[in-house]
Amino acid sequence: MPKPGELYQRDRERHPPALTRDYKTSVARSPQYSLISLQNSVSEITGPVFGHNDIDPIDNDLILNYAKPGESPIGERIIVHGRVLDENGRPVPNTLVEAWQANAGGRYRHKKDTYLAPIDPNFGGCGRTLTDENGYYFFRTVKPGAYPWRNWVNNWRPAHIHLSIFGTAFAQRLITQCYFEGDPLIDKCPIVKTIPSQEARDSLVAALDMNGSIPLDTIAYKFDIVLRGRRSTLFENRLEGN
Amino acid sequence: MVQKLDYLQETPSQTAGPYVHIGLAPGAAGFEIYKHELGWDIAGPNAKGERIRVEGLVIDGTGSPVKDVLLEAWQANSDGNYAHPEGGGDVEEGFRGWGRVITNFETGEWAFETVKPGRTQGRNVGVQAPHINLWIVARGINVGLSTRLYFEDEVEANAADPVLNIIEWERRRATLIAKRSERDGQIVYRFDIKLQGEDETVFFDI
Repeated sequence: MPKPGELYQRDRERHPPALTRDYKTSVARSPQYSLISLQNSVSEITGPVFGHNDIDPIDNDLILNYAKPGESPIGERIIVHGRVLDENGRPVPNTLVEAWQANAGGRYRHKKDTYLAPIDPNFGGCGRTLTDENGYYFFRTVKPGAYPWRNWVNNWRPAHIHLSIFGTAFAQRLITQCYFEGDPLIDKCPIVKTIPSQEARDSLVAALDMNGSIPLDTIAYKFDIVLRGRRSTLFENRLEGN
Repeated sequence: MVQKLDYLQETPSQTAGPYVHIGLAPGAAGFEIYKHELGWDIAGPNAKGERIRVEGLVIDGTGSPVKDVLLEAWQANSDGNYAHPEGGGDVEEGFRGWGRVITNFETGEWAFETVKPGRTQGRNVGVQAPHINLWIVARGINVGLSTRLYFEDEVEANAADPVLNIIEWERRRATLIAKRSERDGQIVYRFDIKLQGEDETVFFDI
């Protein structure tokens, strides 16, 4: 069996460029020199390892993980679930997936969020879980609301959940956002539109998943995540480069 | 026509946004939810080697500190081993080598405590100078930025480091070297990261 080697090159044309003028905050925060390309060393192909001692089983249930006993947050009850795969199509097991989001009114529980929609006393807005041996993960939560933000005078973020994923290598580290099928704000959002291609933008929209829904209880959305794949070292690399 | 390649494509990145702390450091956002927040102890109690503090600012193109940034650190132990099955060798019990760092919301200053890493194996031959890998996310950063922190007092190792040496402009290599000082009996390394402008920090496509 060939050993796994370096990661496939990240397709920078699929990701947003650093400088995206219509997302104004990027203008002063984007490096102007080109990134220096590194072939992977041990520093890039390794990454932190997490286990079930690091988290609690309730951490992936945003309906219960901050609610007072017997109460629950206001909003549409949803399941967000899917698989973490690599570019070779293989599941990524035991990897940490963290999520954070606004409440159903579009307000974040954060000391820097001053939007006039109220905080929900029963909603924290964050969760985390480890994928199982098949790369599968799930969260239960309430559907986040849209909210306004300062960019153009009248910008609204589509409903979204932020997701942070580790993989097995620090070079796979990824933060992204999951949107919801049918939301008319997606196509108007300057942050969504930092991603150049429509196909790549569509890959961030979770599909309504009636089969995954629990009748009379919770509606489901399916959201698969793909991390960078690794080459198999069929032949040793030439001894050059960094 | 040809056969279709069946590779999947990586999920595109989106900014971590201004409220990244809710997800990754909820205590800093202003509430307690988890029994254990992850990433606050990089080295653990049993790590050998020199105990150090690393501190700095992330500075934007206007010269202002970025106050809502979150950094992650990934490093080897003092023997040069990463806490990972492919990490080169054993590490001390409790050594994770990974940490999360957030800023003071008023000043933008960040700091973390750890042990100084050892030299790690090079990609093919030789060794890499001691370094800490950093990953930086914030509102306005569309794809997390990767850089490396090297140590001022490792002059010889730095001069031979394969990664520093592929940076064509010698003057830019200096942006990756943390400055060493001693304060109240503690070793402190200063590492300011400039996102753009004069002396922009070197960022890597890893």
